[in-house]
Amino acid sequence: MAQPSEYLLELTGMRKAFPGVLATDNVDLKIRPGEVHALLGENGAGKSTLVKMIYGILKPDAGEIKFDGKAVNIKAPAHARELGIAMVFQHFSLFDSLTVVENISLGMDHASSMRELAEQITEVSQRYGLPLDPNRHVYTLSVGERQRIEIIRCLLQEPKLLIMDEPTSVLTPQEVKKLFVTLRRLGEEGLAILYISHKLDEIKALCHDATILRLGKKVATVSVDKESTGSLAAMMMGEEMQAFKHPKKPTLGDIRLKAKNLNVVAADPLGISLKDINLLVHSGEVVGIAGVAGNGQDELLTALNGERLSESGSVIIEGEHIGHLGPNKRRLMGMASVPEKRLGHGAMPDMSLVDNAFLTSYERLHFISHGLIDYGKTEDYANKVIKDFSVKTPNADVPAASLSGGNLQKFIMGREFDQNPNILIVAQPTWGVDAGAAQTIREAIRKMASKGAAVLVISQDLDELMEISDRMGAICGGVLSKFYPISEITIEKMGLLMAGVSLDDMHDDVINGSEVNHNAS
Amino acid sequence: MEILVAAILTIITAATPLLFAALGELVTEKSGVLNLGVEGMMVMGAIVGFAAVHYSGSATVAIFASMLAGASMAAIFGVLVLVFHASQVPTGLALTIFGIGLSALVGQSMIGVAYDGIPQLHIPVISDIPVIGEIFFSQDGLVYLSIFMVFAVMWFMNKTRAGLILRAVGDSHDAAHAMGYSVLKIRFLAVLFGGAMAGVGGAYLSLAYSPLWVEQMTAGRGWIALALVVFASWKVRRVLLGAYLFGGISILQLHAQALGIAVPSQVMSMLPYLATILVLVIISRDRSKIKLNAPASLGKPFHASR
Repeated sequence: MAQPSEYLLELTGMRKAFPGVLATDNVDLKIRPGEVHALLGENGAGKSTLVKMIYGILKPDAGEIKFDGKAVNIKAPAHARELGIAMVFQHFSLFDSLTVVENISLGMDHASSMRELAEQITEVSQRYGLPLDPNRHVYTLSVGERQRIEIIRCLLQEPKLLIMDEPTSVLTPQEVKKLFVTLRRLGEEGLAILYISHKLDEIKALCHDATILRLGKKVATVSVDKESTGSLAAMMMGEEMQAFKHPKKPTLGDIRLKAKNLNVVAADPLGISLKDINLLVHSGEVVGIAGVAGNGQDELLTALNGERLSESGSVIIEGEHIGHLGPNKRRLMGMASVPEKRLGHGAMPDMSLVDNAFLTSYERLHFISHGLIDYGKTEDYANKVIKDFSVKTPNADVPAASLSGGNLQKFIMGREFDQNPNILIVAQPTWGVDAGAAQTIREAIRKMASKGAAVLVISQDLDELMEISDRMGAICGGVLSKFYPISEITIEKMGLLMAGVSLDDMHDDVINGSEVNHNAS
Repeated sequence: MEILVAAILTIITAATPLLFAALGELVTEKSGVLNLGVEGMMVMGAIVGFAAVHYSGSATVAIFASMLAGASMAAIFGVLVLVFHASQVPTGLALTIFGIGLSALVGQSMIGVAYDGIPQLHIPVISDIPVIGEIFFSQDGLVYLSIFMVFAVMWFMNKTRAGLILRAVGDSHDAAHAMGYSVLKIRFLAVLFGGAMAGVGGAYLSLAYSPLWVEQMTAGRGWIALALVVFASWKVRRVLLGAYLFGGISILQLHAQALGIAVPSQVMSMLPYLATILVLVIISRDRSKIKLNAPASLGKPFHASR
């Protein structure tokens, strides 16, 4: 493709400070029409802040934005859309109880009638291979389908620049491939795409140029073809990544945790029911469960940790039937769990770290004496957790909500780990956690297993699971797949499992990805 | 036949105030705000409407005055809850207590004052048709207005863009905000509408149902209206149904004696409230229904983080 000399978007010296943090500092960025430009950086590198300034959500403290050659002062998202800038957010702005067409209508600045809009949606969805029924209610749709609503909403406004904030974090590998086909096609039609991600393989596969941010500052703008994944990672992290190695063969002990034909009916109509879950976790191994968000992960965690009760024989700890027992009884038997949602599930937002430490550990660690809370012991324990997991906090008396996501996660992990559980269930251990803390957490999980605990990790981050698990499976629509040793697992296989396809029915060529590639290209 | 017509006529008058108040609260709740001050807004509408008709002699002036009174009460609630982020439940309860007290104060000189009641429709010949004429063509203007409002609200919610935005704000205020809609403005308007409707509902009691002023004359109807919204699972059509159902139950006490049913009158007076509790318990058993229809952001405070 011929490179036009004019840039579509030019940013110079963009700067934005929040109280206590300089989120972006003197960042430059240039994008040509038709270019897929990556904005690469770790969590907290300032990517989101930068694009929010482009989209008019945040006002820059300093810097100039030129769009189509003219200096512009973008005041609001509506203004950005008028200029021809559209954005697909990481967290969708969708209304569950409304239909697809109603949702899209709400995002349009110039409303046409619902019937016309529905026709336009069907047309665009067919042209770009994004199948979507305009009259479905959003709560009935999968995450991938929900993302299509956002993309179609953007495309209907015929933008010149499309900003995508971590669009693949919620998709299966197959859905990612389909999305990339659409994005490449859009690029060929002259649409510029600013693609925000921290996943290097995606950027290698999709983008022309990449601008790398670290700690709010621009590191470099590079041509993706000329860089390796390693060099990109080095620029993003500031140091070479230390690949974590786990022992090839774990020493397996007894079966610690077992689920046998576990069925749980969803408590809420938008939830997922668990169907015939069978699961074994031995002492000394890490078992990973992959899956796209909202496929029963929460339900599985709560059924195993006792928040949801089931038939007594369907959950078995060390041979004892405990499906009918609540969370505290299971904790006493040596089970610990870390839910996905930190504030409001893993910790009480407004209570101090000491109180939060008390809540899950008081029975096992005997923090109650003569019917009263032994605050001396509890505080010692909270401080031990803070020290062991280097949680950054002024002291143990601050409310849990005041900690950053990563620090709170380390605290919650530490609170469970320091009880030396025999069985550990963790959901999304490193979601939204910076790379350093993520590494600490992964190492701690492996260490728990090597000390003899049975560890179950439920995560949407495939790379993470492949790094720390000994065996892996996937959950889809409340049904658990078979489990495979890590040596037999590939990304393609996992993608099929996450989509609910059984590998037993498949031929080898499909599993090895040729079929999938064929469809995608 | 005589008894039946009389019963239907009293059902209509008993249902109308509930219908007004519940429709208003439905719109408020659909925007994501839970205003428990309906009783207070109604009772203020009742006294202000009565005072207005006493001093001006015009029923029309009285109706507008009662709307204004209800809306003013709602405005206090709206400012506290939306601007100052006061918690919605206690603020609504306080509004009810405030309304009952203030109306008693304002209404001191109105006790014992008589009023003929607002005029009823009379179309020659048609209104004189037995049964049909009596039931459909001899009501006062507010009854027709209440039915008109049912269809107006239904049309607004389901057919207009403004109604769609209102539902969207109630479903997810964060998403609505991200799209550039003014959550607080939309909610404030919905709260004002709810207040005005509660005001008219109250005025119906003091202008038509029993045209005089008695302290606390709303007698818990605001609470029934609140329950009606849940009973209707936030659907306009079912509010109409529910209001007439509850209207029917509440006039049972008047007609039970005439029909010779020997139940203590106190028990009969309890009926509407018992029915409310019973219905709420039954509805709440099916959590899935509530979850699908209830505005997802109901009662949650909105802080624009910008």
